[in-house]
Amino acid sequence: MGKTLSEKILSEKSGTDARAGDIVIAPVDLVFVQDTTGPLTIRQFKEVKHGRLVSPQRTAIFLDHAVPSPNRQLSNDHQFLRRFAEDNDCRIFEGGSGICHQLVAEMFANPGDIIVGADSHTVTAGGLGAFATGMGSSDVAIVFALGKTWLRVPETFKISISGRFRKWVGAKDLIIHLIGVLGADGATYKALEFDGQTVSGMSISERLTVANMAVEAGAKVGIFPSDNVTQRFLAVQGRGNKYSALRPDADANYERAIIINASELEPMVAVPHTVDNVAPVSMLAGTKIDQVFIGTCTNGRLEDLAMAAAILRKKKRHPSVRLIVAPASQQVLTKAMRIGYIQVLVAAGAVILPPGCAACLGLHQGVLGDNEACLSTANRNFKGRMGNPEASIYLASPATAAASALTGEITDPRKVL
Amino acid sequence: MMPDAILKGKAFKFGGSISTDHIIPGRYAHLRSDLPELAKHVMEDADPTFVEKVKSGDFIVAGKNFGLGSSREHAALVIKMAGVSAILAKSVARIFFRNAINQGLPTLICDTDKIDAGDKLEVNLTRGIITDLTKDVQLTFGKIPKVMLDILNEGGLIPYITKHGDFEL
Ligand code: SF4
Repeated sequence: MGKTLSEKILSEKSGTDARAGDIVIAPVDLVFVQDTTGPLTIRQFKEVKHGRLVSPQRTAIFLDHAVPSPNRQLSNDHQFLRRFAEDNDCRIFEGGSGICHQLVAEMFANPGDIIVGADSHTVTAGGLGAFATGMGSSDVAIVFALGKTWLRVPETFKISISGRFRKWVGAKDLIIHLIGVLGADGATYKALEFDGQTVSGMSISERLTVANMAVEAGAKVGIFPSDNVTQRFLAVQGRGNKYSALRPDADANYERAIIINASELEPMVAVPHTVDNVAPVSMLAGTKIDQVFIGTCTNGRLEDLAMAAAILRKKKRHPSVRLIVAPASQQVLTKAMRIGYIQVLVAAGAVILPPGCAACLGLHQGVLGDNEACLSTANRNFKGRMGNPEASIYLASPATAAASALTGEITDPRKVL
Repeated sequence: MMPDAILKGKAFKFGGSISTDHIIPGRYAHLRSDLPELAKHVMEDADPTFVEKVKSGDFIVAGKNFGLGSSREHAALVIKMAGVSAILAKSVARIFFRNAINQGLPTLICDTDKIDAGDKLEVNLTRGIITDLTKDVQLTFGKIPKVMLDILNEGGLIPYITKHGDFEL
């Protein structure tokens, strides 16, 4: 019997014949924390009787969730993390460098890698063919100390995608649709493996968007095969030598198969307060919104800003809507300035925030008021997520977000062009 | 510290899809290095009165997909700090499940529809039985994988690794 992508990677790394359901111990290629999970991880790491980081160059700290720091407690957390990085000689990325998952994709993740992060959206790196999964502080502290972790080899759902996306419909609409099909716990403990003709035409940016939200269906990983698109991306990022071809076996065993025809998809929206509460944009058209947020590890990449800029070019946001844009990384910001996307967005009335999580988790930079509604390109719309349990969050693509910024209500991007 | 084999307390009932943002909202991230302060907000967006009412030994009894969302282990930690002796749920999100066990907090999968708010419960961890003393009915809970049971028995992952030096499968 052949193997799924997860079985292949975990077999290779653990040196066993790993099959779904097995528990393996595997070495970790990259382990990381961010500024809101890092302090607890490090305190726990210090409790393990083990001394130093086993592998400083494979250990990274990202200051991204609360940057620039909104208050003194978080500033002190940042200080604590900086000092740890200095004492232990590990990698640290200062505030403004970008969101951890984006930087992991730009700088670290390779096909076949095992990546563990103290952040649930660590799954993002699955877009590059890495077995990447989020864990809590204790698990990550142990990876700091031992360089390895235990993993249950997941059963896999194969998601086959065929057909061409219609104009202004894309990766975000696909994954929102899929989460609606699976439900928020429909893939708990499972791997989602994406394949099919449409996938080979998807850019890395789009694959990262899809993989990012695998966890919203409960999945442990959302993983793509590697191909020439992966190879080109790695070459552009200066890691062409890290490419390896990774494909599942034709006779691999899948627990469930789901077929999606991309050409049938509409722009999709996740409706408050759960991500699996999904509807096509047409059903929500006219819903009034107070804020539009374009950014996050789901949709803060160059292609996302390009989409928004194309819709907002030479236009202005609706006067009753605040428009907030946060590029996912410094690299994204720099390129977006060079191409002129940032200029277009600013001219349209956007506030540009520094690269980082920004308004996503309700700490600062865009906290909602009571009874306000936000249309966000993020991945979660839980009650209280953007800082106020009395507010509502709708999730959609950058195109739908930009179109809605123009009208002040949830709008199909195809209606404004 | 190993959890007691027999746990006793009252049921606090919650619905399904209680996320880590309900358990400990992101807006309190600035308190994450001050755990006693952080713990004052446990379950705030699901039931703002929970923290005043819960007593040591009590249970959180929830529906499907408890703990979905963020990887913040603070969620399991503040529940434990509130004195909760175990979480009973129809299903539990993956990262939260691992975090709770790593914190030495028993998290048991069972048919929680059979339990009502305020019921007195007794959980026998070794025998795998939950008794609803108010209703005089017994429930069983799903098996915990061996590696997790070993971690739970050592009182959490950090004490487990401190003692054994490595994973033992
Ligand atoms: S952008 Fe949002 S979802 Fe992504 S890592 Fe930051 S807080 Fe988490």
